[in-house]
Amino acid sequence: MRDEAVRALRRGVAVLVLAGLLLAPWAVDDYTVALLARTLALGLVGVSVALLTGVAGLPTLGQTAPYAAGAYASAVVGSRLSDVGVVHLAVAAAAGAALAAATVPLVVAARGVIVLMITLAVGELAVTVVGRWRSVTGGTDGLAGVPPVRPLWGLPVLATDRARYLYALVVVAVLVGAVLLILRTRVGLLLRAGRDDEARLRASGHRVAAHVAAAHVAAGAVAGAAGSLLVVAQQFVSPADFGFDTSALLLLGVVVGGVASVGGALVGTAVVIAARDWLFGVLPGHAPLVLGVAFVVTVYLLPGDAHRPPGVRGRLLPGRPPRPADPAAERPSPTGARA
Amino acid sequence: MTPLLSAHGVTVRYGSLAALDGVDLRIDHGQRHALIGPNGAGKSTLLDVLGGATPAGGGRVCLAGRDVTRLGPAARARRGIGRIHQRPAVFSTLTATQNVVVAALPHALRPGRWRPGARRSAAERTAGAWLERVGLDDLGGIPAGQLAHGQRRQLEIAMALAGRPRLLLLDEPAAGLSAVEVGRLVEFLRALPRAVAVLLVEHRLDLVYALCDQVTVLRDGRTVATGTPAEIRASDRVRQAYAEGVS
Repeated sequence: MRDEAVRALRRGVAVLVLAGLLLAPWAVDDYTVALLARTLALGLVGVSVALLTGVAGLPTLGQTAPYAAGAYASAVVGSRLSDVGVVHLAVAAAAGAALAAATVPLVVAARGVIVLMITLAVGELAVTVVGRWRSVTGGTDGLAGVPPVRPLWGLPVLATDRARYLYALVVVAVLVGAVLLILRTRVGLLLRAGRDDEARLRASGHRVAAHVAAAHVAAGAVAGAAGSLLVVAQQFVSPADFGFDTSALLLLGVVVGGVASVGGALVGTAVVIAARDWLFGVLPGHAPLVLGVAFVVTVYLLPGDAHRPPGVRGRLLPGRPPRPADPAAERPSPTGARA
Repeated sequence: MTPLLSAHGVTVRYGSLAALDGVDLRIDHGQRHALIGPNGAGKSTLLDVLGGATPAGGGRVCLAGRDVTRLGPAARARRGIGRIHQRPAVFSTLTATQNVVVAALPHALRPGRWRPGARRSAAERTAGAWLERVGLDDLGGIPAGQLAHGQRRQLEIAMALAGRPRLLLLDEPAAGLSAVEVGRLVEFLRALPRAVAVLLVEHRLDLVYALCDQVTVLRDGRTVATGTPAEIRASDRVRQAYAEGVS
Protein backbone atom coordinates (compact mmCIF):
# COMPACT_ATOMS: atom_id res chain seq x y z
CA MET A 1 0.00 0.00 0.00
CA ARG A 2 2.77 2.38 1.03
CA ASP A 3 4.84 1.35 -2.01
CA GLU A 4 1.89 2.11 -4.26
CA ALA A 5 1.50 5.55 -2.68
CA VAL A 6 5.22 6.25 -3.14
CA ARG A 7 5.02 5.12 -6.77
CA ALA A 8 1.99 7.32 -7.39
CA LEU A 9 3.76 10.27 -5.74
CA ARG A 10 6.82 9.70 -7.93
CA ARG A 11 4.68 9.52 -11.06
CA GLY A 12 2.92 12.73 -10.05
CA VAL A 13 6.23 14.53 -9.44
CA ALA A 14 7.57 13.26 -12.80
CA VAL A 15 4.50 14.54 -14.65
CA LEU A 16 4.73 17.93 -12.89
CA VAL A 17 8.46 18.25 -13.65
CA LEU A 18 7.89 17.28 -17.28
CA ALA A 19 5.02 19.76 -17.65
CA GLY A 20 7.12 22.47 -16.01
CA LEU A 21 10.05 21.78 -18.34
CA LEU A 22 7.79 21.90 -21.42
CA LEU A 23 6.07 25.15 -20.41
CA ALA A 24 9.11 26.92 -18.97
CA PRO A 25 10.23 28.72 -22.18
CA TRP A 26 6.86 30.52 -22.33
CA ALA A 27 6.79 31.30 -18.59
CA VAL A 28 10.22 32.85 -17.97
CA ASP A 29 12.54 35.37 -19.65
CA ASP A 30 15.19 34.49 -22.25
CA TYR A 31 18.08 34.68 -19.77
CA THR A 32 16.41 32.13 -17.50
CA VAL A 33 15.62 29.92 -20.49
CA ALA A 34 19.32 29.95 -21.42
CA LEU A 35 20.20 29.06 -17.82
CA LEU A 36 17.68 26.21 -17.92
CA ALA A 37 19.21 24.85 -21.12
CA ARG A 38 22.64 24.82 -19.45
CA THR A 39 21.10 23.21 -16.38
CA LEU A 40 19.67 20.45 -18.59
CA ALA A 41 23.17 19.77 -19.92
CA LEU A 42 24.50 19.51 -16.37
CA GLY A 43 21.52 17.34 -15.43
CA LEU A 44 22.56 14.92 -18.17
CA VAL A 45 26.08 14.80 -16.72
CA GLY A 46 24.37 14.09 -13.39
CA VAL A 47 22.69 11.12 -15.04
CA SER A 48 26.10 9.81 -16.08
CA VAL A 49 27.33 10.30 -12.50
CA ALA A 50 24.30 8.37 -11.18
CA LEU A 51 24.96 5.61 -13.71
CA LEU A 52 28.44 5.14 -12.30
CA THR A 53 27.91 6.03 -8.65
CA GLY A 54 24.50 4.58 -7.93
CA VAL A 55 24.03 1.81 -10.47
CA ALA A 56 27.56 0.51 -11.06
CA GLY A 57 28.87 1.36 -7.57
CA LEU A 58 31.77 3.52 -8.79
CA PRO A 59 31.62 6.88 -6.99
CA THR A 60 33.04 9.49 -9.33
CA LEU A 61 34.22 13.08 -9.24
CA GLY A 62 35.61 12.90 -12.77
CA GLN A 63 32.66 13.05 -15.16
CA THR A 64 33.65 16.62 -15.96
CA ALA A 65 36.49 15.08 -18.03
CA PRO A 66 34.31 13.38 -20.68
CA TYR A 67 31.90 16.34 -20.37
CA ALA A 68 34.76 18.66 -21.34
CA ALA A 69 35.96 16.32 -24.10
CA GLY A 70 32.46 16.29 -25.59
CA ALA A 71 32.04 20.06 -25.26
CA TYR A 72 35.34 20.91 -26.95
CA ALA A 73 34.86 18.27 -29.66
CA SER A 74 31.42 19.70 -30.36
CA ALA A 75 32.73 23.29 -30.36
CA VAL A 76 35.57 22.42 -32.75
CA VAL A 77 33.25 20.53 -35.11
CA GLY A 78 30.69 23.35 -34.92
CA SER A 79 33.28 26.01 -35.70
CA ARG A 80 35.04 24.18 -38.54
CA LEU A 81 33.05 21.28 -39.99
CA SER A 82 29.31 21.04 -39.49
CA ASP A 83 26.35 22.87 -37.96
CA VAL A 84 24.16 19.75 -37.64
CA GLY A 85 23.21 18.99 -34.04
CA VAL A 86 23.15 15.21 -34.31
CA VAL A 87 26.65 15.28 -35.82
CA HIS A 88 27.79 17.34 -32.82
CA LEU A 89 26.11 14.90 -30.46
CA ALA A 90 27.70 11.87 -32.12
CA VAL A 91 31.17 13.42 -32.14
CA ALA A 92 30.81 14.63 -28.54
CA ALA A 93 29.56 11.25 -27.31
CA ALA A 94 32.43 9.52 -29.13
CA ALA A 95 34.95 11.95 -27.60
CA GLY A 96 33.52 11.39 -24.11
CA ALA A 97 33.51 7.63 -24.60
CA ALA A 98 37.08 7.65 -25.95
CA LEU A 99 38.34 9.63 -22.98
CA ALA A 100 36.49 7.34 -20.57
CA ALA A 101 37.93 4.30 -22.38
CA ALA A 102 41.43 5.71 -22.00
CA THR A 103 40.94 5.91 -18.23
CA VAL A 104 39.39 2.44 -17.87
CA PRO A 105 42.68 0.84 -16.72
CA LEU A 106 42.86 3.38 -13.87
CA VAL A 107 39.27 2.92 -12.74
CA VAL A 108 38.49 -0.78 -13.23
CA ALA A 109 40.98 -2.06 -10.68
CA ALA A 110 39.96 0.40 -7.95
CA ARG A 111 36.86 0.71 -5.80
CA GLY A 112 35.24 3.08 -3.31
CA VAL A 113 37.09 6.16 -2.12
CA ILE A 114 40.10 5.28 -4.31
CA VAL A 115 37.89 5.66 -7.42
CA LEU A 116 36.80 9.06 -6.09
CA MET A 117 40.43 10.12 -5.81
CA ILE A 118 41.43 8.75 -9.23
CA THR A 119 38.45 10.30 -11.01
CA LEU A 120 39.05 13.60 -9.22
CA ALA A 121 42.61 13.55 -10.56
CA VAL A 122 41.36 12.70 -14.07
CA GLY A 123 38.89 15.60 -13.95
CA GLU A 124 41.54 18.05 -12.76
CA LEU A 125 44.00 16.82 -15.41
CA ALA A 126 41.36 17.33 -18.09
CA VAL A 127 40.82 20.94 -16.96
CA THR A 128 44.59 21.54 -16.98
CA VAL A 129 44.94 20.09 -20.48
CA VAL A 130 42.11 22.17 -21.98
CA GLY A 131 43.52 25.24 -20.25
CA ARG A 132 46.94 24.77 -21.87
CA TRP A 133 46.11 23.34 -25.29
CA ARG A 134 45.58 26.79 -26.75
CA SER A 135 45.72 25.84 -30.44
CA VAL A 136 42.61 23.63 -30.12
CA THR A 137 40.77 24.77 -27.01
CA GLY A 138 41.61 28.47 -26.92
CA GLY A 139 43.30 27.94 -23.53
CA THR A 140 41.79 29.68 -20.52
CA ASP A 141 40.01 32.13 -22.87
CA GLY A 142 37.95 29.23 -24.22
CA LEU A 143 36.23 28.99 -27.59
CA ALA A 144 33.74 31.77 -28.23
CA GLY A 145 31.28 32.38 -31.05
CA VAL A 146 30.43 28.78 -31.81
CA PRO A 147 27.77 29.02 -34.54
CA PRO A 148 24.22 27.93 -33.66
CA VAL A 149 23.26 24.42 -34.75
CA ARG A 150 20.38 23.01 -36.76
CA PRO A 151 19.03 19.78 -35.16
CA LEU A 152 19.01 17.78 -38.43
CA TRP A 153 19.92 18.33 -42.07
CA GLY A 154 17.31 20.56 -43.71
CA LEU A 155 15.90 21.99 -40.47
CA PRO A 156 16.30 25.68 -39.55
CA VAL A 157 19.10 26.91 -37.33
CA LEU A 158 18.28 27.22 -33.60
CA ALA A 159 18.45 31.01 -33.45
CA THR A 160 16.65 31.71 -30.15
CA ASP A 161 17.22 30.69 -26.54
CA ARG A 162 13.80 29.04 -26.55
CA ALA A 163 14.65 26.89 -29.60
CA ARG A 164 18.01 25.88 -28.11
CA TYR A 165 16.32 24.99 -24.81
CA LEU A 166 13.70 22.83 -26.54
CA TYR A 167 16.44 21.09 -28.55
CA ALA A 168 18.34 20.37 -25.30
CA LEU A 169 15.11 19.13 -23.68
CA VAL A 170 14.40 16.69 -26.53
CA VAL A 171 17.98 15.36 -26.54
CA VAL A 172 17.99 14.92 -22.75
CA ALA A 173 14.60 13.16 -22.86
CA VAL A 174 15.78 10.78 -25.59
CA LEU A 175 19.11 9.99 -23.89
CA VAL A 176 17.60 9.58 -20.41
CA GLY A 177 14.89 7.35 -21.92
CA ALA A 178 17.58 5.26 -23.62
CA VAL A 179 19.55 4.95 -20.36
CA LEU A 180 16.40 3.91 -18.48
CA LEU A 181 15.52 1.34 -21.15
CA ILE A 182 19.02 -0.15 -21.08
CA LEU A 183 18.96 -0.32 -17.28
CA ARG A 184 15.78 -2.41 -17.50
CA THR A 185 17.63 -5.07 -19.50
CA ARG A 186 20.08 -7.62 -18.12
CA VAL A 187 22.81 -4.96 -18.43
CA GLY A 188 21.20 -2.99 -15.61
CA LEU A 189 20.59 -6.14 -13.61
CA LEU A 190 24.25 -7.16 -13.83
CA LEU A 191 25.48 -3.67 -12.94
CA ARG A 192 23.29 -3.58 -9.82
CA ALA A 193 24.37 -7.10 -8.90
CA GLY A 194 28.02 -6.09 -9.19
CA ARG A 195 27.38 -3.07 -6.98
CA ASP A 196 25.85 -5.37 -4.33
CA ASP A 197 28.51 -8.10 -4.31
CA GLU A 198 31.29 -8.31 -6.88
CA ALA A 199 32.76 -11.52 -5.51
CA ARG A 200 29.37 -13.26 -5.79
CA LEU A 201 28.96 -12.00 -9.35
CA ARG A 202 32.37 -13.40 -10.28
CA ALA A 203 31.52 -16.68 -8.58
CA SER A 204 28.43 -16.80 -10.83
CA GLY A 205 30.63 -16.69 -13.92
CA HIS A 206 30.34 -13.01 -14.92
CA ARG A 207 33.23 -10.84 -16.12
CA VAL A 208 32.85 -8.00 -13.63
CA ALA A 209 35.76 -5.95 -15.00
CA ALA A 210 34.14 -5.92 -18.46
CA HIS A 211 30.81 -4.74 -16.99
CA VAL A 212 32.52 -1.95 -15.06
CA ALA A 213 34.53 -0.89 -18.12
CA ALA A 214 31.41 -0.84 -20.32
CA ALA A 215 29.49 1.23 -17.74
CA HIS A 216 32.40 3.66 -17.48
CA VAL A 217 32.59 4.12 -21.26
CA ALA A 218 28.79 4.44 -21.62
CA ALA A 219 28.70 7.05 -18.84
CA GLY A 220 31.51 8.85 -20.66
CA ALA A 221 29.44 8.92 -23.85
CA VAL A 222 26.44 10.38 -21.98
CA ALA A 223 28.63 13.05 -20.36
CA GLY A 224 30.20 13.81 -23.76
CA ALA A 225 26.75 14.29 -25.32
CA ALA A 226 25.94 16.65 -22.42
CA GLY A 227 29.03 18.64 -23.38
CA SER A 228 27.55 19.16 -26.83
CA LEU A 229 24.34 20.51 -25.26
CA LEU A 230 26.37 22.93 -23.14
CA VAL A 231 27.96 24.36 -26.29
CA VAL A 232 24.57 24.62 -27.99
CA ALA A 233 23.13 26.39 -24.94
CA GLN A 234 25.83 28.98 -24.38
CA GLN A 235 27.70 28.96 -27.75
CA PHE A 236 30.86 29.27 -25.73
CA VAL A 237 33.05 26.91 -23.77
CA SER A 238 35.95 27.47 -21.38
CA PRO A 239 37.82 25.47 -18.68
CA ALA A 240 35.75 27.30 -16.03
CA ASP A 241 32.79 25.08 -16.99
CA PHE A 242 34.60 21.92 -15.84
CA GLY A 243 36.32 22.75 -12.55
CA PHE A 244 36.20 20.83 -9.29
CA ASP A 245 33.23 22.90 -8.11
CA THR A 246 31.21 21.50 -11.04
CA SER A 247 32.23 17.92 -10.11
CA ALA A 248 31.26 18.49 -6.48
CA LEU A 249 27.93 20.06 -7.45
CA LEU A 250 27.16 17.14 -9.72
CA LEU A 251 27.86 14.63 -6.95
CA LEU A 252 25.78 16.69 -4.52
CA GLY A 253 22.92 16.80 -7.03
CA VAL A 254 23.07 13.05 -7.51
CA VAL A 255 23.16 12.45 -3.75
CA VAL A 256 20.16 14.76 -3.27
CA GLY A 257 18.24 12.99 -6.05
CA GLY A 258 19.19 9.50 -4.83
CA VAL A 259 22.35 7.93 -6.24
CA ALA A 260 20.58 4.93 -7.74
CA SER A 261 17.86 6.96 -9.47
CA VAL A 262 18.50 8.27 -12.99
CA GLY A 263 15.47 10.59 -12.93
CA GLY A 264 16.33 11.65 -9.39
CA ALA A 265 19.87 12.51 -10.49
CA LEU A 266 18.50 14.74 -13.26
CA VAL A 267 16.14 16.58 -10.91
CA GLY A 268 18.66 16.70 -8.04
CA THR A 269 21.38 18.17 -10.24
CA ALA A 270 18.96 20.74 -11.66
CA VAL A 271 17.86 21.76 -8.14
CA VAL A 272 21.46 22.12 -6.91
CA ILE A 273 22.55 24.12 -9.97
CA ALA A 274 19.52 26.36 -9.65
CA ALA A 275 20.31 26.84 -5.94
CA ARG A 276 23.91 27.74 -6.80
CA ASP A 277 22.85 30.31 -9.40
CA TRP A 278 20.36 31.80 -6.95
CA LEU A 279 22.93 31.87 -4.12
CA PHE A 280 25.45 33.67 -6.35
CA GLY A 281 23.01 36.55 -6.45
CA VAL A 282 21.92 36.48 -2.80
CA LEU A 283 25.29 35.72 -1.15
CA PRO A 284 27.97 36.90 -3.57
CA GLY A 285 31.25 35.13 -2.85
CA HIS A 286 29.80 32.70 -0.31
CA ALA A 287 27.90 30.28 -2.55
CA PRO A 288 30.62 27.56 -2.51
CA LEU A 289 30.71 27.64 1.31
CA VAL A 290 26.94 27.28 1.56
CA LEU A 291 26.92 24.43 -0.95
CA GLY A 292 29.76 22.68 0.90
CA VAL A 293 27.76 22.83 4.12
CA ALA A 294 24.71 21.62 2.19
CA PHE A 295 26.73 18.62 0.93
CA VAL A 296 27.81 17.58 4.43
CA VAL A 297 24.32 18.07 5.85
CA THR A 298 22.73 16.14 2.96
CA VAL A 299 25.02 13.14 3.29
CA TYR A 300 24.55 12.98 7.06
CA LEU A 301 20.85 13.62 7.28
CA LEU A 302 19.23 11.93 4.30
CA PRO A 303 17.77 8.60 5.44
CA GLY A 304 18.89 5.30 3.97
CA ASP A 305 22.01 4.15 2.12
CA ALA A 306 20.38 4.61 -1.29
CA HIS A 307 21.24 8.32 -1.22
CA ARG A 308 24.88 7.86 -0.37
CA PRO A 309 27.79 7.26 -2.69
CA PRO A 310 29.13 3.71 -2.14
CA GLY A 311 32.65 4.99 -1.58
CA VAL A 312 31.48 7.03 1.36
CA ARG A 313 29.18 4.43 2.84
CA GLY A 314 30.69 2.46 5.67
CA ARG A 315 33.82 4.56 5.81
CA LEU A 316 32.93 8.08 6.84
CA LEU A 317 29.41 7.14 7.86
CA PRO A 318 28.05 4.44 10.10
CA GLY A 319 25.26 3.60 7.61
CA ARG A 320 22.68 1.04 8.60
CA PRO A 321 23.74 -1.51 11.18
CA PRO A 322 24.48 -4.95 9.70
CA ARG A 323 21.76 -7.61 9.78
CA PRO A 324 21.70 -9.53 13.04
CA ALA A 325 24.47 -12.12 13.11
CA ASP A 326 22.56 -14.28 15.55
CA PRO A 327 20.65 -16.66 13.34
CA ALA A 328 18.42 -17.67 16.22
CA ALA A 329 16.87 -14.21 16.01
CA GLU A 330 15.79 -14.97 12.47
CA ARG A 331 14.22 -18.35 13.01
CA PRO A 332 11.99 -19.92 12.09
CA SER A 333 11.84 -19.62 8.33
CA PRO A 334 8.29 -18.59 7.42
CA THR A 335 8.42 -20.25 4.05
CA GLY A 336 7.69 -23.81 4.93
CA ALA A 337 10.78 -24.50 2.91
CA ARG A 338 11.17 -27.77 1.10
CA ALA A 339 14.94 -27.51 0.73
CA MET B 1 39.48 -42.31 -15.28
CA THR B 2 40.34 -38.58 -15.16
CA PRO B 3 39.11 -37.12 -11.87
CA LEU B 4 36.69 -34.21 -11.96
CA LEU B 5 39.04 -32.12 -9.88
CA SER B 6 42.61 -32.69 -8.87
CA ALA B 7 44.88 -30.45 -6.85
CA HIS B 8 48.60 -31.14 -6.58
CA GLY B 9 50.94 -29.52 -4.08
CA VAL B 10 48.72 -26.49 -3.51
CA THR B 11 50.49 -23.91 -1.40
CA VAL B 12 49.30 -20.56 -0.06
CA ARG B 13 51.49 -18.40 2.16
CA TYR B 14 50.68 -15.22 4.05
CA GLY B 15 54.14 -13.94 4.94
CA SER B 16 55.85 -16.63 6.96
CA LEU B 17 52.55 -18.44 7.66
CA ALA B 18 51.72 -21.36 5.37
CA ALA B 19 47.91 -21.51 5.17
CA LEU B 20 48.26 -24.43 2.76
CA ASP B 21 51.47 -26.41 2.45
CA GLY B 22 51.54 -28.78 -0.51
CA VAL B 23 47.96 -30.07 -0.30
CA ASP B 24 46.83 -32.81 -2.70
CA LEU B 25 43.15 -33.50 -3.35
CA ARG B 26 41.22 -35.65 -5.79
CA ILE B 27 37.47 -35.50 -6.37
CA ASP B 28 35.83 -37.92 -8.75
CA HIS B 29 32.72 -37.23 -10.84
CA GLY B 30 29.61 -37.23 -8.67
CA GLN B 31 31.56 -37.80 -5.46
CA ARG B 32 30.46 -36.34 -2.12
CA HIS B 33 33.74 -35.31 -0.55
CA ALA B 34 34.22 -33.58 2.81
CA LEU B 35 37.08 -31.45 4.10
CA ILE B 36 37.35 -31.49 7.86
CA GLY B 37 39.90 -30.34 10.39
CA PRO B 38 40.33 -28.05 13.37
CA ASN B 39 39.99 -24.26 13.07
CA GLY B 40 42.83 -22.75 11.04
CA ALA B 41 43.53 -26.01 9.22
CA GLY B 42 43.18 -24.30 5.83
CA LYS B 43 39.80 -25.71 4.74
CA SER B 44 38.22 -22.43 3.62
CA THR B 45 41.50 -21.30 2.04
CA LEU B 46 41.57 -24.50 -0.01
CA LEU B 47 37.97 -23.84 -1.15
CA ASP B 48 39.01 -20.30 -2.10
CA VAL B 49 41.93 -21.66 -4.14
CA LEU B 50 39.77 -24.26 -5.89
CA GLY B 51 37.09 -21.64 -6.64
CA GLY B 52 39.70 -19.17 -7.91
CA ALA B 53 39.05 -16.46 -5.30
CA THR B 54 42.56 -16.92 -3.86
CA PRO B 55 45.51 -17.55 -6.19
CA ALA B 56 47.66 -20.54 -5.36
CA GLY B 57 51.24 -19.60 -4.47
CA GLY B 58 52.35 -22.99 -5.73
CA GLY B 59 50.93 -26.21 -7.11
CA ARG B 60 48.36 -26.98 -9.75
CA VAL B 61 44.56 -27.28 -9.95
CA CYS B 62 42.96 -29.26 -12.79
CA LEU B 63 39.26 -29.52 -13.66
CA ALA B 64 38.38 -32.54 -15.78
CA GLY B 65 42.02 -32.81 -16.82
CA ARG B 66 42.40 -29.15 -17.83
CA ASP B 67 44.73 -26.90 -15.87
CA VAL B 68 42.66 -24.06 -14.34
CA THR B 69 45.30 -22.82 -11.88
CA ARG B 70 45.63 -19.44 -13.57
CA LEU B 71 41.92 -18.90 -14.17
CA GLY B 72 39.90 -16.48 -12.03
CA PRO B 73 36.63 -17.30 -10.25
CA ALA B 74 34.41 -16.22 -13.17
CA ALA B 75 36.17 -18.48 -15.68
CA ARG B 76 36.08 -21.41 -13.23
CA ALA B 77 32.38 -20.83 -12.60
CA ARG B 78 31.72 -20.96 -16.35
CA ARG B 79 33.63 -24.25 -16.43
CA GLY B 80 31.38 -25.71 -13.77
CA ILE B 81 32.61 -24.82 -10.28
CA GLY B 82 29.77 -23.47 -8.09
CA ARG B 83 30.29 -21.93 -4.68
CA ILE B 84 28.28 -21.59 -1.47
CA HIS B 85 29.89 -19.18 0.98
CA GLN B 86 30.09 -19.49 4.75
CA ARG B 87 28.02 -16.32 5.08
CA PRO B 88 25.31 -16.40 2.39
CA ALA B 89 26.47 -14.15 -0.46
CA VAL B 90 23.45 -12.75 -2.32
CA PHE B 91 22.69 -9.52 -4.17
CA SER B 92 20.80 -7.75 -1.41
CA THR B 93 18.97 -5.09 -3.45
CA LEU B 94 17.82 -7.54 -6.14
CA THR B 95 14.78 -9.73 -5.69
CA ALA B 96 15.23 -13.46 -5.07
CA THR B 97 14.22 -14.17 -8.67
CA GLN B 98 16.67 -11.60 -10.03
CA ASN B 99 19.44 -13.17 -7.92
CA VAL B 100 18.93 -16.53 -9.56
CA VAL B 101 18.50 -14.94 -13.01
CA VAL B 102 21.92 -13.31 -12.63
CA ALA B 103 23.42 -16.68 -11.68
CA ALA B 104 21.70 -18.44 -14.58
CA LEU B 105 22.54 -15.87 -17.28
CA PRO B 106 26.01 -17.14 -18.25
CA HIS B 107 24.51 -20.58 -18.83
CA ALA B 108 21.16 -19.60 -20.35
CA LEU B 109 20.75 -21.18 -23.76
CA ARG B 110 21.28 -18.83 -26.67
CA PRO B 111 18.42 -19.15 -29.12
CA GLY B 112 19.25 -19.88 -32.75
CA ARG B 113 17.87 -16.51 -33.84
CA TRP B 114 18.60 -13.35 -31.87
CA ARG B 115 15.57 -11.96 -30.14
CA PRO B 116 15.66 -9.10 -27.60
CA GLY B 117 15.43 -10.46 -24.07
CA ALA B 118 15.44 -14.13 -25.14
CA ARG B 119 18.42 -15.01 -23.00
CA ARG B 120 16.95 -13.28 -19.96
CA SER B 121 13.63 -15.07 -20.50
CA ALA B 122 15.46 -18.41 -20.54
CA ALA B 123 17.28 -17.43 -17.35
CA GLU B 124 13.98 -16.40 -15.74
CA ARG B 125 12.46 -19.81 -16.50
CA THR B 126 15.51 -21.49 -14.95
CA ALA B 127 15.28 -19.17 -11.94
CA GLY B 128 11.63 -19.98 -11.37
CA ALA B 129 12.34 -23.70 -11.45
CA TRP B 130 15.23 -23.48 -8.99
CA LEU B 131 13.37 -21.19 -6.59
CA GLU B 132 10.54 -23.71 -6.53
CA ARG B 133 13.01 -26.51 -5.94
CA VAL B 134 14.52 -24.81 -2.86
CA GLY B 135 11.12 -23.66 -1.61
CA LEU B 136 11.38 -19.92 -2.24
CA ASP B 137 8.94 -19.67 -5.15
CA ASP B 138 6.49 -17.61 -3.11
CA LEU B 139 9.24 -15.14 -2.16
CA GLY B 140 10.62 -14.49 -5.64
CA GLY B 141 9.65 -10.82 -5.60
CA ILE B 142 11.22 -10.04 -2.21
CA PRO B 143 14.61 -8.24 -2.13
CA ALA B 144 17.23 -10.73 -0.98
CA GLY B 145 18.38 -8.34 1.75
CA GLN B 146 14.99 -8.75 3.43
CA LEU B 147 15.14 -12.55 3.59
CA ALA B 148 15.99 -14.38 6.79
CA HIS B 149 19.36 -16.12 7.16
CA GLY B 150 18.02 -19.56 6.32
CA GLN B 151 16.17 -18.24 3.28
CA ARG B 152 19.29 -16.49 2.03
CA ARG B 153 21.12 -19.80 2.37
CA GLN B 154 18.39 -21.48 0.28
CA LEU B 155 18.64 -18.67 -2.25
CA GLU B 156 22.41 -19.03 -2.53
CA ILE B 157 22.01 -22.75 -3.13
CA ALA B 158 19.49 -22.01 -5.91
CA MET B 159 21.95 -19.51 -7.40
CA ALA B 160 24.82 -21.99 -7.31
CA LEU B 161 22.72 -24.73 -8.94
CA ALA B 162 21.33 -22.36 -11.60
CA GLY B 163 24.96 -22.04 -12.72
CA ARG B 164 24.81 -25.72 -13.74
CA PRO B 165 27.89 -26.75 -11.73
CA ARG B 166 29.79 -30.00 -12.08
CA LEU B 167 31.38 -29.37 -8.70
CA LEU B 168 29.71 -27.58 -5.82
CA LEU B 169 31.99 -26.07 -3.15
CA LEU B 170 30.06 -25.76 0.11
CA ASP B 171 31.65 -23.78 2.94
CA GLU B 172 29.82 -24.64 6.19
CA PRO B 173 26.35 -24.50 4.63
CA ALA B 174 24.70 -25.49 7.93
CA ALA B 175 26.21 -22.57 9.86
CA GLY B 176 23.46 -20.55 11.52
CA LEU B 177 20.63 -22.86 10.46
CA SER B 178 18.09 -24.31 12.85
CA ALA B 179 17.89 -28.10 13.35
CA VAL B 180 14.84 -28.24 11.06
CA GLU B 181 16.60 -26.25 8.37
CA VAL B 182 19.71 -28.44 8.65
CA GLY B 183 17.51 -31.50 8.16
CA ARG B 184 16.01 -30.00 5.01
CA LEU B 185 19.47 -29.04 3.77
CA VAL B 186 20.74 -32.60 4.21
CA GLU B 187 17.73 -33.99 2.35
CA PHE B 188 18.22 -31.48 -0.44
CA LEU B 189 21.93 -32.21 -0.82
CA ARG B 190 21.25 -35.96 -0.78
CA ALA B 191 18.75 -35.50 -3.59
CA LEU B 192 21.21 -33.64 -5.81
CA PRO B 193 21.83 -35.47 -9.08
CA ARG B 194 25.04 -37.48 -9.22
CA ALA B 195 26.17 -35.28 -12.11
CA VAL B 196 27.02 -32.72 -9.43
CA ALA B 197 30.02 -33.54 -7.25
CA VAL B 198 30.20 -31.89 -3.83
CA LEU B 199 33.14 -30.69 -1.78
CA LEU B 200 31.84 -29.88 1.68
CA VAL B 201 33.65 -28.02 4.45
CA GLU B 202 31.78 -28.65 7.69
CA HIS B 203 32.51 -28.75 11.40
CA ARG B 204 29.50 -30.94 12.17
CA LEU B 205 30.81 -34.44 11.70
CA ASP B 206 27.31 -36.01 11.88
CA LEU B 207 26.44 -34.06 8.75
CA VAL B 208 29.69 -35.04 7.05
CA TYR B 209 29.18 -38.72 7.75
CA ALA B 210 25.53 -38.52 6.65
CA LEU B 211 26.35 -36.94 3.31
CA CYS B 212 29.82 -37.83 2.14
CA ASP B 213 31.49 -40.93 0.78
CA GLN B 214 35.04 -39.59 0.99
CA VAL B 215 36.66 -37.42 3.68
CA THR B 216 39.94 -35.50 3.71
CA VAL B 217 41.36 -34.26 6.99
CA LEU B 218 43.51 -31.12 7.03
CA ARG B 219 45.61 -29.75 9.83
CA ASP B 220 48.00 -26.77 9.75
CA GLY B 221 47.62 -26.55 5.99
CA ARG B 222 48.60 -30.17 5.35
CA THR B 223 46.67 -33.31 4.50
CA VAL B 224 46.50 -35.66 7.48
CA ALA B 225 44.37 -38.42 5.97
CA THR B 226 41.93 -39.24 3.19
CA GLY B 227 39.46 -42.10 3.25
CA THR B 228 35.90 -43.24 3.67
CA PRO B 229 33.95 -42.00 6.70
CA ALA B 230 34.49 -45.37 8.39
CA GLU B 231 38.23 -45.23 7.81
CA ILE B 232 38.43 -41.66 9.07
CA ARG B 233 36.41 -42.49 12.17
CA ALA B 234 38.76 -45.35 12.95
CA SER B 235 41.96 -43.42 12.30
CA ASP B 236 44.21 -42.69 15.27
CA ARG B 237 46.05 -40.05 13.23
CA VAL B 238 42.80 -38.15 12.72
CA ARG B 239 41.90 -38.35 16.40
CA GLN B 240 45.38 -37.13 17.29
CA ALA B 241 45.19 -34.29 14.74
CA TYR B 242 41.88 -33.10 16.20
CA ALA B 243 43.10 -33.45 19.78
CA GLU B 244 46.24 -31.40 19.04
CA GLY B 245 44.30 -28.95 16.94
CA VAL B 246 41.87 -28.04 19.69
CA SER B 247 44.30 -28.21 22.61
